[in-house]
Amino acid sequence: MIGLDTTMDTTAHDGTIKERPPTPTPRLTLSGISKSFPGVRALHNVSLSLYPGQVTALIGENGAGKSTLVKIMTGIYQPDCGEIGIDGQATALPSAHAAFGHGITAIHQETVLFDDLSVAENIFLGHAPRTRFGTIDWRTMRNNAREVLETMRAGHIDADARLKDLGIANKHLVAVARAMSIDARIVIMDEPTAALSMKEIEELFLLIEFLKSDGKAVLFISHKFDEIYRIADRYTVFRDGEMVGEGLLKDTGQNEIVRMMVGRNVDHIFPQREPKIGAPVLSVSGLSHPTEFDDIGFELRKGEILGFYGLVGAGRSEVMQAIAGITRTSRGAISLDGKTIAPKSAADSIEAGIVYVPEERGKQGVVIGLPIFQNVSLPSLARTSKSGMLKLAEEFSLARSYTERLDLRASSLSQDVGTLSGGNQQKVVIAKWLATTPKVIILDEPTKGIDIGSKAAVHGFMAELVAQGLSVIMVSSELPEILGMSDRVVVMREGRIAATYDNKGLDAETLVRTAAGIAA
Amino acid sequence: MKNFLKYREIWLLAGIVVLIGLISTRFPGFADPANLRQVFNDTSILMILALGQMVVILTRSIDLSMASNLCFTGMVVAMLNAAHPAIPIPVLIVIALAVGLVLGAINGFLVWRLNIPSIVVTLGTLTIYRGATFVVSGGAWVNADQMSPDFINFQRAAFLGLPVLSWIAIIVIALFFLVMTRTALGRSIYAIGVNPTASVYAGIDVGRTKFIVFCISGMIGGLAGYLWISRYVIASVEVANGYELNIIAACVIGGISIAGGIGSVGGAVLGALFLGIISNALPVINISPFWQMAISGSAIILAVVLNARGERRQGRIILRKAEAA
Repeated sequence: MIGLDTTMDTTAHDGTIKERPPTPTPRLTLSGISKSFPGVRALHNVSLSLYPGQVTALIGENGAGKSTLVKIMTGIYQPDCGEIGIDGQATALPSAHAAFGHGITAIHQETVLFDDLSVAENIFLGHAPRTRFGTIDWRTMRNNAREVLETMRAGHIDADARLKDLGIANKHLVAVARAMSIDARIVIMDEPTAALSMKEIEELFLLIEFLKSDGKAVLFISHKFDEIYRIADRYTVFRDGEMVGEGLLKDTGQNEIVRMMVGRNVDHIFPQREPKIGAPVLSVSGLSHPTEFDDIGFELRKGEILGFYGLVGAGRSEVMQAIAGITRTSRGAISLDGKTIAPKSAADSIEAGIVYVPEERGKQGVVIGLPIFQNVSLPSLARTSKSGMLKLAEEFSLARSYTERLDLRASSLSQDVGTLSGGNQQKVVIAKWLATTPKVIILDEPTKGIDIGSKAAVHGFMAELVAQGLSVIMVSSELPEILGMSDRVVVMREGRIAATYDNKGLDAETLVRTAAGIAA
Repeated sequence: MKNFLKYREIWLLAGIVVLIGLISTRFPGFADPANLRQVFNDTSILMILALGQMVVILTRSIDLSMASNLCFTGMVVAMLNAAHPAIPIPVLIVIALAVGLVLGAINGFLVWRLNIPSIVVTLGTLTIYRGATFVVSGGAWVNADQMSPDFINFQRAAFLGLPVLSWIAIIVIALFFLVMTRTALGRSIYAIGVNPTASVYAGIDVGRTKFIVFCISGMIGGLAGYLWISRYVIASVEVANGYELNIIAACVIGGISIAGGIGSVGGAVLGALFLGIISNALPVINISPFWQMAISGSAIILAVVLNARGERRQGRIILRKAEAA
């Protein structure tokens, strides 16, 4: 039970801090938790403790296993092994209902409440007060709702208002009120500030202070260091599904945490390449969108891999979608080979020679239900069937040549893509875009959620593409991938370009600091 | 996927054969080639309409206005024929196609440009087009004696042993088969139905394609308008009232998924034939029309259950393969 030992170490460590009272018993302990999905090890032997009246920050890159852990804590996933303890009692959380019964509640980025019900109904859904006749006691419910909101200093919210008429911050308050009404003792906040304005974040922090003073154990997940240091008492850092550090925030500097987040064993060799970088192919200047990004300017050169790094929500995908003609921009210019282009649809961009391989493979990439060859030829249909009639032989040879180059494992090209593994589906997606013979290929999180073997194939293929004179933009949140593949790295923060680096002696910590806005 | 679809169509074909066999035990002449040709001819209009509805359903939409379109267009060509009997029938057919196209384009435009769900748009135009029929006709009927002999006899003329109506159905089936399997449009229709988001990224104009399928279903509605009126030789506001549900039923029995993306020309044709046989055969073996309704209804539910089961079985296969990989 390595996990248990770690917890005890920390407790001992805490004991040495004089100005703090002795650490109370943890409200919730997770120890030795592991969870695997087919082909992916999401969590390995992780531990986490939450203390009453304290906020613990869970920190880690994307894919570090934070959301999996939240799902285990809320009873949605079952761990493969490990123990869950509440108030020192070993327990199990076999369902979301069981977790709810233990007073564990989660508040998500996009609050999961009911837009068309009133605030009071949302707070008491599932445990509404009843009258003698078994019908809902509306008056008591409304009064109780008002009471709960008052105690949270959120009396400005009308208990009768429809939820959809409230802003996101107030929806969070309702979610917390709901948690209070079921006597929640453990509150998980999964990136609650992602969609909030500065003022709303302040209000949320007041609320978290209130939860602390009320003795709740709070888990706060955020990418933003200033928020973490502002509100949290403790931290736990995850990296690649393992717990790599925990302690008190006031004893630990930001740089130390960044180092824990990125320090890792190299378990993947990136292809060696000798970049032959030519003249600029794509240049973007002053590209702006009313709400998503502003004044984006960069150049992509022939034979170059340009990495785009940033936190989730930094606007990287949005910029790429604009370049690919899927969303419109308000200002700015895009030029390809010196010619200004203004793509109005994905078809325009494909025609010009820019393709975008979207992030969500299942939703935006493969068309499950259609066979492999039809998936591959889909974006090329306009070109291969000029008369409107399909040329099946051409489609097949197109599909065969590109899937062979990517080493696709399938019994037949007429096989439904739905029957392929994630890695092989990703190869089909990449093949379908390459078949349009683009000049610029934009890969959005190209190896997210695929196994190591397929990752290596995708990386090898990217190297091959640029060697042939293609230019690649790679949006990735995985630092090793950014550092291992890119020639230059653009870092975005909050919809703007924060910095552009040459990838020579570039280190991971610089990237994380730039992306998070921490001064060196 | 192809094998799976074939499996479903073969199953439906087998069901039809069994049905014919059962009816033959009570009514010996039913399986005669001459009678089967008659059944095919009687079902031609429903088959054509089902194909028009199929392309709409494949894109995750629905056209409830087809029967009203049929009624309106039928009235327009009947009145034209009554007023100007000299207009040749092929010209009238072109006019029917054009009027239907306009009505379909209105649906398509509202779905595409105003982004209104198709079920709402066509629920509205279902009433509007039937109301428009009343407006153009003033509520009057066009009777057989007002129609020219050519107008009535065109579809009945025999050509190579089959009536022209059957040939029209065969040509429409062939055209749809060609479009759905051999053209970029057909491929786009399936892609949109299966995964609209991925289709946008692949450069397919989803809105425009939906507009086109509504134009197709509109033209089919118009064509069926002429065929219906000249077959039953009466044009009134009541023509084909509620028939949109039979069209959708034929599609559903034919294995076309209401969720879009799944379905084939063969399925739609067989689904229509199944309904055609039931409505043709049951009266002659003395089963009341109410039982007919119950049987059609059961066939719809059975088809949906079997299709859902088939899809679930496919899911299990995927899992097994994923585990092996």
